[in-house]
Amino acid sequence: MAEPFTRHTGLVAPLDRINVDTDQIIPKQFLKRIERTGFGQFLFYDWRFTGDGSPDPGFVLNEDRYRGATILVAGDNFGCGSSREHAPWALQDYGFRVIIAPSFADIFYNNCFKNGLLPVVLPAGTVRRMLENAAEQPRYTVSVDLERQVVTEPDGASDRFEVDPFRKTFILKGLDEIGWTLQYEDDIAAYERTQRTG
Amino acid sequence: MPAKTMYEKVWDQHLVREAADGLAVLYIDAHLIHEVTSPQAFEGLRSAGRKLRRPDLTYATMDHNVPTTDRSLPMTDDIARLQIEMLVRNCEEFGVPLYDLDSPHNGIVHVIGPELGITQPGKTMVCGDSHTSTHGAFGALAFGIGTSEVEHVMATQCLLQKRSRTFEIRIDGALSEGVTAKDIILNIIRRTGTAGGTGTVIEYTGSTVRSLSMDERMTICNMSIELGARAGLIAPDDTTFEYLAGRAFAPKDAEFDRAVDRWRGLATDDEAGFDERLTLHADELVPQVTWGTNPGMVTDVTGVVPDPGGMASENDRRAAEKALAYMALEPNTSITDIEVDRVFIGSCTNSRLSDLRAAADVIKGRRVSPRVTALVVPGSHSVKRQAEAEGLDRVFTEAGFEWREAGCSMCLGMNPDILQPGERCASTSNRNFEGRQGRNGRTHLVSPAMAAAAAVAGHFVDVRNW
Repeated sequence: MAEPFTRHTGLVAPLDRINVDTDQIIPKQFLKRIERTGFGQFLFYDWRFTGDGSPDPGFVLNEDRYRGATILVAGDNFGCGSSREHAPWALQDYGFRVIIAPSFADIFYNNCFKNGLLPVVLPAGTVRRMLENAAEQPRYTVSVDLERQVVTEPDGASDRFEVDPFRKTFILKGLDEIGWTLQYEDDIAAYERTQRTG
Repeated sequence: MPAKTMYEKVWDQHLVREAADGLAVLYIDAHLIHEVTSPQAFEGLRSAGRKLRRPDLTYATMDHNVPTTDRSLPMTDDIARLQIEMLVRNCEEFGVPLYDLDSPHNGIVHVIGPELGITQPGKTMVCGDSHTSTHGAFGALAFGIGTSEVEHVMATQCLLQKRSRTFEIRIDGALSEGVTAKDIILNIIRRTGTAGGTGTVIEYTGSTVRSLSMDERMTICNMSIELGARAGLIAPDDTTFEYLAGRAFAPKDAEFDRAVDRWRGLATDDEAGFDERLTLHADELVPQVTWGTNPGMVTDVTGVVPDPGGMASENDRRAAEKALAYMALEPNTSITDIEVDRVFIGSCTNSRLSDLRAAADVIKGRRVSPRVTALVVPGSHSVKRQAEAEGLDRVFTEAGFEWREAGCSMCLGMNPDILQPGERCASTSNRNFEGRQGRNGRTHLVSPAMAAAAAVAGHFVDVRNW
C-alpha cells in the first residue's frame, strides 16, 4: 500500500546526468535484503563512496548544502535498466519524495507510484533551468502540487506536468491497488472460466 | 474486424475488463519468480492475509545470486543464502513449484521458461526482472515488473495496465558469417539509444528474423528493454512450433495441433499499422562492440572509440566523456587494439546451447591468452548437460576456460563472480553500466563468438577474419 502523496515543498539536489540506471541508484550487492526498508544507506553507493567506503566529496549528494534534499532533479531517461523496485525504495528511504526529469524509463516510473515517490516529467528546458538554479542558488526549493499538477519555483514560475489519472488517484489517496483489483474478483473468475490457461 | 498487430491481439485476448480511460485489468498466464525480487512480495501477501491466487500458473527458480562453483559446498555468502532459503520457504508455504538448485530443470529464469515449454505464443507472462522480454521471441507478451506488481499478480493473477504504443523493427537480408543476433540487437540500440523504445512494445519482423533460430530470436527480444521498450515480440512460425513440440509444459498430441492453429492466427494483420517503424539491412552489419557505459554506446569492430568532441548534442558529449573516463579509453583507439582481462560467456542473453556451440567453434584447438581469465556459465542445468554430452565442456576447459554451474553469474555479479576494479571484460551479457559486473569493472558487450575470439587473442578481433 503506497504512502499518499498530495503536495510537497523541498530542497532540490541536482544530478546533472542522463541515463541514470538502476545499477547506479542501487548496486546489485545490496539487493539481497529481504525487506523493503533500509536501502537509503546504499543509494548511489558507488558514486557516493570511494573504494575505501569514505564519502566522495565530488558527488553532489555529499555536499553540505544539499543535506536534507527531498527533490532530485536529473537528466533524460532516469531509472533505465533493471526492474528492481529497490531503486525507488532506496531513493525514498534516503529522503526523496519527488524525482524531476525530462523523461523516465517505464518500469522505474511505474515502480515509483507504488511507493509514494512522485516522478515528475517536465520539459527539457525547464529541467535544465532547475539543474542550474539548484547548482547556483543556495537552498533552492520548489513546491510540487499533485492535485493541481503544478511545480512552482521560488520566483513564482510554475510549470504544469502531466500524470495519468489513475496513477494520480491511487497515489493521492495511497490506495491499495491489490484491493482495488480484487473488487473485480467476479470478473477475474469469469475470465478464468473462459480460458484454458497453463 | 479492424486489422490488429500481434500485440493488440494478445492484449485483447487477456482483458478482464477495460475502463473508459483505458485502464485495463490484464490477465497473466504465467508468472515467473526468483529469489531477489519476490521476498517482499510474499511478505506483503502474508501481512495482508492474502492467498496466492494461482500457484499453478506461478513458476519459481533461483538464479541471480547462486554460486556457479561446486554446489555441494555451503554458500559462503550468508545474506544470499538467506534469500535463497526464503524462496524455498515461501514456495512451500504458498504451494508454488520451485526449480531449486538440485532440480535438473534449474537455471536462469529466462532460459528455463522456454526450455520447459512454459513460454508459449499468445501468453501473457511477467517476472520481476526486466529481461522477461526474452519470452517475446515466441509471440508471448512478456515484460518485467517491480516487486509491488509481483505481489499484485500473486494476489490477483492480473495487472493494471494501459496499452503501449507499437514499434515495428524490420530486419531484412542475410547475415554475414560471424555476424549474429547479438550484433543485430546491439546495432538497433546503437541507432535508437537506450530510450528509443520507451513506452512501446516492439515487433521484430522481416526475412532475417524469420530465418533465425529460437535461441537467436530470444537474444534479440531479451535486449528489447535495453532500448527502453516494455516488450519485444516475434510472430510464431514453424521454427517456434518445432521448438515447442514435446516440451514438458507444451500441449500434447491433438491439443498441440489445435494450439498451433490458434498460434498461427496471432500474426499481425497485413493492414495493421504501427506507431513507429525502423528498418535494418542485415547484410550491411558487422560484429558490434560497446565502448561505453550503456548498451547504446556501440560501434563496429572495424571502427574506433568515438571522439566526444565530435558529438552534436551537449548531453551526448558529456555522457560520452564520462563513459570514456570510466572505461579508460582514448578517442580514436581502434576497437581491435583494446585488450581484455576477463571474458564472460553466459547470461539470459547468450547462454543457450547454440551460443556455447558458437563460442566453442571459435576456440577449438586454441588456448586462452595468458592475460585473460575466461568463464563459461551455461544458462541452465539442461544446457550444461547437453553441452557436456556434445563435449563442449572439454573444448572450453582444454582451451583454458572455467566451466561453471548455471546461473546469472557475472552478468550482474550478485554472486562471487565479479570483475576486480579496473578489469576489462568482453561479455556476452546485456548491460555495460558502470559497476554492473563489479565496482570499477569495464564491460564491453559482444556476441559469444566475438567474446571467445577475444579470449584467445587477448584483445578484440573481427571474428569474420578468424
